[in-house]
Amino acid sequence: MTSLPVDWLEKEKDRRTLRVDASAFSDKVYEALTAACALVVPGLVIAIAVAVFAAAWPAFAKLGLSIVTTSDWDVAAGHFGAAPAIFGTIVSSAVALIIATPLAIGVAVFLSEFSPTWLRQPVGFLVDLLAAIPSVVYGLWGIFVLIPLLREHVMPFLRDTLHLGATPFFRGPAYGPSMLAAGVILSIMALPYISSVSREVLMAVPRSQREAALALGATRWEMIRDAVVPYARSGIIGGIMLGLGRALGETMAVTMVIGNRPEISASLLAPGYTMASLIANEFSEATNDLHLSALMAVGAILFIITLIVNAGARWLVWSVSRKRAQ
Amino acid sequence: MTNARSRHLVSGAMIGLTYLAAALATLPLLFILFHLLVKGASSISLAFFTHMPRPVGEPGGGMANAIVGTLILIGIASAIGLPIGIGAGLHLAEKKTTPLAHTARFLADVLNGLPSIVMGIFAWEVLVRPIGHFSALAGGVALGAMMIPLVTRTTEEMLLVVPTSLREAALALGYPKWRTSISVVLRTALAGIVTGALVAVARIAGETAPLLFTALGNQFWSTSFREPIAALPLQIFTYATNAYDELHRLAWAGALVLISIVLVISLAARFVTRSRFGAPVD
Repeated sequence: MTSLPVDWLEKEKDRRTLRVDASAFSDKVYEALTAACALVVPGLVIAIAVAVFAAAWPAFAKLGLSIVTTSDWDVAAGHFGAAPAIFGTIVSSAVALIIATPLAIGVAVFLSEFSPTWLRQPVGFLVDLLAAIPSVVYGLWGIFVLIPLLREHVMPFLRDTLHLGATPFFRGPAYGPSMLAAGVILSIMALPYISSVSREVLMAVPRSQREAALALGATRWEMIRDAVVPYARSGIIGGIMLGLGRALGETMAVTMVIGNRPEISASLLAPGYTMASLIANEFSEATNDLHLSALMAVGAILFIITLIVNAGARWLVWSVSRKRAQ
Repeated sequence: MTNARSRHLVSGAMIGLTYLAAALATLPLLFILFHLLVKGASSISLAFFTHMPRPVGEPGGGMANAIVGTLILIGIASAIGLPIGIGAGLHLAEKKTTPLAHTARFLADVLNGLPSIVMGIFAWEVLVRPIGHFSALAGGVALGAMMIPLVTRTTEEMLLVVPTSLREAALALGYPKWRTSISVVLRTALAGIVTGALVAVARIAGETAPLLFTALGNQFWSTSFREPIAALPLQIFTYATNAYDELHRLAWAGALVLISIVLVISLAARFVTRSRFGAPVD
C-alpha cells in the first residue's frame, strides 16, 4: 500500500469541502429565493388590505357607519349612503345562486353518475369554458341579447301570465336593465365554479358508498340522495360559496345590465346597483376627495365580505379533501 | 309493488332532470358564441386590426391600439406573475408543511376568489395616486398580481405529480438541491406548468375592472409603460355602453377578437397537457 502524499490529500480535502460548501451555499440562495416568492402571497394580501383601507380611511373617519346604514347617495349634497348598493349586491347574488345552484348540482350529478362516457368530456368542457369568457363579453351579450329577451318575453310572462305581479317581487314596469337581468347573468357566470367543485367532490365519494346503497335496494336516485350527496355535502356547499364569492364581486357584466340606480326596490324588474358597479361607474367621474374615498370605503366593505366568503369556502372544500385523505 | 314502481318512476324522473340540467347549462355558452359570430364577424376586416379608432360618423376604423395595448398589458403581467408564481409554487411543493407554505397556499386560494375590482383599487392606490397619472405599468401590475396566486397553485399541483424517485435519483448523483429542482423536477413538470401559465394568461386577458383604475384606456396610439394605454376589454365596454349603433358593431367585433384570443389560449393549454400526459409512459 502506497500512501498518498499528505499535501495532496490536504488539497483534495479542501477542494471537496469547497465544492460541498459551494453547493450548500447555492442551495441556501435557491431556498431563500423561492421562500421570498412564497412570501409575496401573504404580503400581497396584507398590502391589498392596507392600500384599500388607507384609501377608504377619510370616508370612514368622516362618515362612520352611515356609509352602511343610510340609503341616500347624493354626491352634490355630500351624502354617501351605500345601503342600496349593498342591498343590490346581496339580492343579485341571491338570485344568481337560486338559479345556478340546482342547475350546477344537476350538471355535476349528471357528469359524475349518469353521463354516457362520450358525453362527459364535451359537456364538462363546455360548462368549464363558461368560466373563461371575459365578464365584459357577458355584459355585451347581456345588453343586446339577454335584456331584450327579458323585457319582451320573460318579464311579461312572469308578471302577467304567471300572475307573479301580484307579489312585490315582480311588480311594476319592465325596463330591461334590472336586478333580474343582473341575477341571470351572474347565475351563468357562477355556474361553472359551483359545478366543477361539486363534480370533483362527487367523484371523490368512494364506490363502496354507492354499492352499499344499491345493495340495500335503493334506486339510483335514492342512492344519490341518501348516500352520495350527504357524503359530499360540505364540499358542495364550499363550491356554492365560491360561486357566491364570484357573484358578489363581479363588476363589468353587472354594471352593464343592472341599470345603476341607487334605490332599494323589492321588485326584481326594477333597476338597482351593486357595490362593485357603484365603484366602477362613479370612479372616473369622482368629483372630490370625499366622494373618491367613499367609493374606496365601499370597496373595503366588499373586500372584507368576499374575503370571509372565500376563506369559508376554501375551508369547507379542504375539510372534504382531508376527510378523503384519511 | 306499486310502491317500488313509483320509486323507480321518481328515480327515472330525477335522472331525466339531471340530463335537462346538463342541456340547459351548455346552452348559454353556445348562445353567446353564436351571437358573437353572427354580430361580430361582419364587422371584422383587415382594417379592424390595422387601423385606429375613428370619430363617430366616419365609417371604418379599427382597434389596432387596443389590440397592441392588450398584448403589452399581458406582457407586463406575465413578467411579474410568472416568475413569482413559479417560485412560490416550487417552495410550496418542496416545503409542504411549513407554516409559510400552509399560509401561502390558503391565501393564494383566497386571493384567487378576490374580486378583480379590489385588485384595481390596490394598484391605483399604490401606483397611480402617488405618481399622479394612470399608466400601462399600473395596469400590468394589477393583472400580474392576479396571476401570482393562480400560477402558484397550478405550479405546485404539477410539481407534486413528479415522482419522488426522480428527485432522489438526481440527488444521489450528487446534484445540488437547486439543480435537482430546476433541471429535473421543474423540467419534468414543464408541460403542466405551461398549461397553468396559459390558463392564467387567458384569465387576465379579458379583465376589465382593474384596468378602469390603472390603464384607463387611450384613444391614441401609445406603447409607453408610463402613459395610459388602450385595452381591448376597456374599448368593448366603452363602445357597448355608448349610444351609437356603429360603435355597437365595433364592440361585437372586438368581443369576437377577444374571445378568440382567450379560447385559443385555453385550447392551447389543454393541448399542451394532453400531448404530454396522453403519451404512453414507459
